[in-house]
Amino acid sequence: MSLTERLLVPSRSRFLVHAVFAALIPVALAAQDSTRAAVGPGGLSEPNADPFPSTYRAAPSRLTAIRNATVMTAAGSTIRGGTVVLRDGKILAVGANVTIPDGAVVVDGTGKFVTPGIIDSHSHLGVYPSPGVESVQDGNEMVNPSTPYVWAEHSVWPQDPQFPRALASGVTTMQILPGSGNLIGGRSVVLKSVPSVSVRGMKFPGAKYGLKQACGENPKRVYAARGPMTRMGNVAGWRAQYVQAEAYRRRWDKWLADRKGDPPARDLGLETLADVLRGNILVQWHCYTAHDMEGAMEVADEFGFRIRSFHHGVEAYKIADVLAQKGISASLWSDWGGFKMEAIDGVRANLALVHNAGARAIVHSDDASGMQRLNQDVAKSLSEARTLGINVSEEDAIKWITINPAWALGLDDRIGSIEVGKNADVVLWDKHPFSVYARAEKVWIDGAMMFDRLDPTQRWRTDFELGWVPEPAGGRER
Amino acid sequence: MTRFLGDLMQLASWRRLAATTLPSLAALALTVVAPPVRAQVVAITGATVHRVSGPPIENGTIVVRDGRIVAVGAGVAIPAGARRIDAQGKWVTPGIFNALTTLGLSEVGRLDGTYDASASGNGNGIVASFKPWEGYNPSSAWLQVTRNDGITTVGLVPSGGLLAGQGAVMALSRDGKGVLRAPAAMFGDLNARGNQVGGARGEVYQRLRDVLEEARGYPARRALVDRNASRPLAARPEDLAALAPVLARTIPLVLDADRSTDIEAALAIARQYNVRVAVTSATEGWKVADALGAAGAYVVVGALNNIPRSFSTLGARQDNATLLHRAGAKVVIAGGTDAFNARNVRYEAGVAVSFGLPWDAALRAITLTPAEMYGVAARVGSLDVGKDATLVIWSGDPFEPSTRAEQVFVAGTEVQGPSRQDDLMRRYRSLPADYRKP
Repeated sequence: MSLTERLLVPSRSRFLVHAVFAALIPVALAAQDSTRAAVGPGGLSEPNADPFPSTYRAAPSRLTAIRNATVMTAAGSTIRGGTVVLRDGKILAVGANVTIPDGAVVVDGTGKFVTPGIIDSHSHLGVYPSPGVESVQDGNEMVNPSTPYVWAEHSVWPQDPQFPRALASGVTTMQILPGSGNLIGGRSVVLKSVPSVSVRGMKFPGAKYGLKQACGENPKRVYAARGPMTRMGNVAGWRAQYVQAEAYRRRWDKWLADRKGDPPARDLGLETLADVLRGNILVQWHCYTAHDMEGAMEVADEFGFRIRSFHHGVEAYKIADVLAQKGISASLWSDWGGFKMEAIDGVRANLALVHNAGARAIVHSDDASGMQRLNQDVAKSLSEARTLGINVSEEDAIKWITINPAWALGLDDRIGSIEVGKNADVVLWDKHPFSVYARAEKVWIDGAMMFDRLDPTQRWRTDFELGWVPEPAGGRER
Repeated sequence: MTRFLGDLMQLASWRRLAATTLPSLAALALTVVAPPVRAQVVAITGATVHRVSGPPIENGTIVVRDGRIVAVGAGVAIPAGARRIDAQGKWVTPGIFNALTTLGLSEVGRLDGTYDASASGNGNGIVASFKPWEGYNPSSAWLQVTRNDGITTVGLVPSGGLLAGQGAVMALSRDGKGVLRAPAAMFGDLNARGNQVGGARGEVYQRLRDVLEEARGYPARRALVDRNASRPLAARPEDLAALAPVLARTIPLVLDADRSTDIEAALAIARQYNVRVAVTSATEGWKVADALGAAGAYVVVGALNNIPRSFSTLGARQDNATLLHRAGAKVVIAGGTDAFNARNVRYEAGVAVSFGLPWDAALRAITLTPAEMYGVAARVGSLDVGKDATLVIWSGDPFEPSTRAEQVFVAGTEVQGPSRQDDLMRRYRSLPADYRKP
């Protein structure tokens, strides 16, 4: 029984609890998405229930004003000598002439910089935690080339020490994905960088799910003995799955429309794929080369679903015009590559070239260490682009780690920029975030200060760290 | 004899000077004798010169002749006929030295046939005789990428086994004749485990001691070995012989060790066999910083790792280099050994600064200190008279991503130029790409 269920219904009857709880869902869901199938009594037989809702509660927050900083809003402007006011978990005001409300905690941002919280669209924190011992390698359900039935959140270890390190570097939201061993890896989950005993306490409330799919060398290397063994095997693998998914969707859409007779048999994997076809789940597709991305786009077109983001996209610059035209975002590194054939054509200007063609460029990490310096990745690509005569503005470049990944996660209406009404996910930097010397000094999530480098008494340490990972000497890291 | 040679040398230098000032056919004939570029006299003027061996020089001048630095300072006289490079507003530093890399030994990651940094040996984890520089590929596509970011010098590192092989220092010159010193080090790994290496830490340490002990006694035993009259050895004869320069203190024993106790074990073994020691990775080096400082040990660390990825690296922290520096250890900064991003060592140094390492110490950690560790400091690592003109003219602070390496010199020759990645970027600068253009 979940924590929420325990709070709502103090009953010992498991079935009764589930039925009552499930009955509470449709109201909430109906408000969110009219194409999401409703769940009634006996919900276990019906697909698209929201069985694992977030239990996240924002930490207590105070009315806060960060004043006199250079504010990079990611909404197109940089405000010098700007003030940002956070109230009740939202941005109340942002501008150069903002009046600071009475009673606000004032943070002096003189000489410092403010950005939206960084959003990492590609992470395996919790599912490939540290220490990386055998028994916690939970990111790839490599028993079948297609495992759409698994959900990454069930592999997340909330005590992974990598989480607080992400927060301390300004990352406020991250998408945790299954690995890339499978053609279809399973659902991803969007988490906030907050401490919790359960993964559901970290889940971004109401966020859409993603589906991880993978092109190229990884799946065909893992399954060489039984197939897929080749790239053409990869494509056939996706197509075969979506043929089944399409039939499953038709059966269920028909039954959900009139609810006559017994529902069709339920299949967890096809259930997820059907929701991809309905547009409720955002496809996050690991794909390096231009020709692999081409094949992926053809499959998506054939079955009528959209790709939200290509991940890694080492050759995204080669088809940046197509990505722009189709509205597919590209989650990229600045300069990681060369380690396998599909990565040999990596160039540092990839992000800038993709941006220049009008596609959404995103810096992602796929690495718990690189995740802590996504701002430097932006800087590297900007610098390289300049030599090509591409001058991306800083106002645009900051979007690569904020509003653009927010869009890839379907959350750009709530996070990713410092605009009135959005969630107060904000980072105060001691130096320009594109400088190698910059460090996140304070991080707010939903208006609560979750990290303060100058206050070691409030340092988040996971259970694993107690007794094993030494605290910074003297309680201060610097 | 000496006077005769001296006369010859004077004649030769006159010829080289004449070659730069006489625009005649005769002069052209003379330049055939010596490579024209190196014969040039070059003066780099107006820059902020970070020589590393001394305080920065504002508005400094560096004079280069025959690939060597012949003058460096403010207000230095510029020889007539020198090619002048106006570096007003720029920064000049020694070429960046990436101390631990497989650059040139690896083309596509671990693709079989393109990776030459790991020897097989006979499977017992001791391949001290392995010379990876013999597999160095001067045509590797990643060399130009690396040069373009101001990296001029690299330390090749083998991997695999308790004693993985020998290291070498390569200058990233374009003529492929880059060996500055080989062997320059002996690499080992205290994290190594395996059937014949050992399954437990104590076993690994003992194996290393056994091999060093055997190597110590090998010269006396050699005649017996050659007659096949010796008892079984702790390692192959060629591996024992390869350890001689380590025991002679000519090259350091460079051991990879992360947990603080492993680092202490490395120091203890080094003391026992009276060898020079360096420690790489050294994740928990900060815990035993005083011991490393007292031992005068070189410690090669990164600045990016703060994650307890294993039970040997629970104490990972990004101010490791700072704490080691404060304790007097000789800090070298180097990160991942992959060839593709050997260029990123300059940003890693910048991150170290953001965690408290003084800027000058960070620069030294990627220039002079690695040169000293490998015994090539007479040639590279600082801007001093007599050293190679291996240096970089930067648009600004070399640690910043916004800074470009504008001109990169290896022994007086400019080496920056279009890389494979530049070709790709230019081809796709506007779409659709034209595949007929080079």
